[in-house]
Amino acid sequence: MIGEPSLDEGALRALVPRVLAGLVRRGEDFDAAEDALQEALLEALRVWPEHPPDDPRAWLTSVATRRLVDARRSEAARARREETVQAEPPPGAAEEHDDTLFLLFRCCHPDLAPASQVALTLRAVGGLTTREIADAFYVPEATMAQRISRAKRALRGRRLDRPGDLAVVLRVLYLVYTAGHAGRVDLAREAIRLARQLTLATDEPEARGLLALLLLSHARLPARFDSEGRIVTLDRQDRSLWDAREIVEGVRVLQSALAVGRPGRYQIEAAIAALHDDAASAEETDWPQILAWYDDLLALSDDPVRRDPAAVLGRAVAVGHVLGAAAGLDETDRLREVLGERHRWHAVRGHLHELGGDLAAAADDYAEAARRATSVAERDHLIRRAARARAGG
Amino acid sequence: MNQEMPMPKYLLLKHYRGGPDQHRPYPPMDQWDPADVEAHRAFQHHVIELLEERGEYVDARALTPSRTWVRYGGPDAAPVTTDGPHPETSDLVAGWLMIDVESHERAVEVAAHVSSEPGPGGEPLYEWIDVREVMWERPQTTDAV
Repeated sequence: MIGEPSLDEGALRALVPRVLAGLVRRGEDFDAAEDALQEALLEALRVWPEHPPDDPRAWLTSVATRRLVDARRSEAARARREETVQAEPPPGAAEEHDDTLFLLFRCCHPDLAPASQVALTLRAVGGLTTREIADAFYVPEATMAQRISRAKRALRGRRLDRPGDLAVVLRVLYLVYTAGHAGRVDLAREAIRLARQLTLATDEPEARGLLALLLLSHARLPARFDSEGRIVTLDRQDRSLWDAREIVEGVRVLQSALAVGRPGRYQIEAAIAALHDDAASAEETDWPQILAWYDDLLALSDDPVRRDPAAVLGRAVAVGHVLGAAAGLDETDRLREVLGERHRWHAVRGHLHELGGDLAAAADDYAEAARRATSVAERDHLIRRAARARAGG
Repeated sequence: MNQEMPMPKYLLLKHYRGGPDQHRPYPPMDQWDPADVEAHRAFQHHVIELLEERGEYVDARALTPSRTWVRYGGPDAAPVTTDGPHPETSDLVAGWLMIDVESHERAVEVAAHVSSEPGPGGEPLYEWIDVREVMWERPQTTDAV
């Protein structure tokens, strides 16, 4: 949906959750309404560049309604209209921000698999077309269409007025962020846009924590790869390339979240990201402070090694910088059973060995990590680190 | 935080030859009863339909058994070709099924289902399927170690 200069794509997409929630609150079935709106959206993309509507929201609503009526008619004509229980619209006024939250809870229903939650969220809340979502995940459009309709079928008949699970919504948005940029669709930006919408819809500090984390991590994106597309690790990044505006916004959002006094994993991870972003050079990184935040992060779980091994691994790096490489390596030992098969565990050990000056051991770990890497860029990066360590640093 | 992507892709490779010994040896397909060949094909279509319906299907291809090994011949020389060091015994891929699934466990489950395809007399073939994870191609949005 990019490349039509006369179409304000952002404005169009922002309308999607509002129109959809409006239809559902009116008593339409979520599944059918979502399909109808998708068709209206495709028509808008075709028609609006030439004939922009006076009231885009009303236009989308009426076209989607027409589609719904058509669909019902053809269903009746096929004489296989089953009796459907109309969902009760939830009580309360239909506020615009509630719409977003209402739909996010629906799309991120805990019974759905993560991939279905992601796909449904991108379509029903993000306003992306099935084709765009399929492209972003490198699957055929038919496969993505099936995944979405399966997810909607799984939700059929469920009540809409129960409060949803915010933790799942946050995880789904984080997953959208990590899916990154593919072709025409920038999912990292999309995740930030959705997280921003979410913060308007709820005062939960963790929602702001997530937005802050995404901004503070995205700010470093321009420095994360060199001109050849090679990974540049944090300690070697050109910090002048970091997006200062995103950092300022991220810190501001984080502070307002922390002020509530209910820290959670996203706020803590954002705080760690903020400390990295705050250092003028790698040497000036406030590792003791980062370690203190990691201690808080681990304290959120009663069994962090099993339930949050990624946090324990991140903490091991901080331990290595504060207490020395050997202490950091000891920390990673606790994770051998849980993460020993994963490339990241070996990569962290390589990093810690390098920090401690044992380049031969570092090279072996990096080589092992490269053999286990699941992305091309990371594999190439780890091979280079192994080669550099073997060559003496 | 570094989470794995929710949907890794896997390549399920079938081999004309190579891999572990056949669990239950079976003759080449051209010696099967025609009805068994039909049942075998129908099963394969059914597997793809199931995967499509579940939103897991990416691609399926078959390869001809003819093979040409090619290498650079050096400056100003023609490419060098051969049909291989041991053309009768070397590993030979017959085709693949690419799937986009939530876990390695699910990929193994699909592979086992593929391997249960009917052979002579409608008995399962117990064919070995080579399951390989496809690497992620896009740049990451979080920092690497």
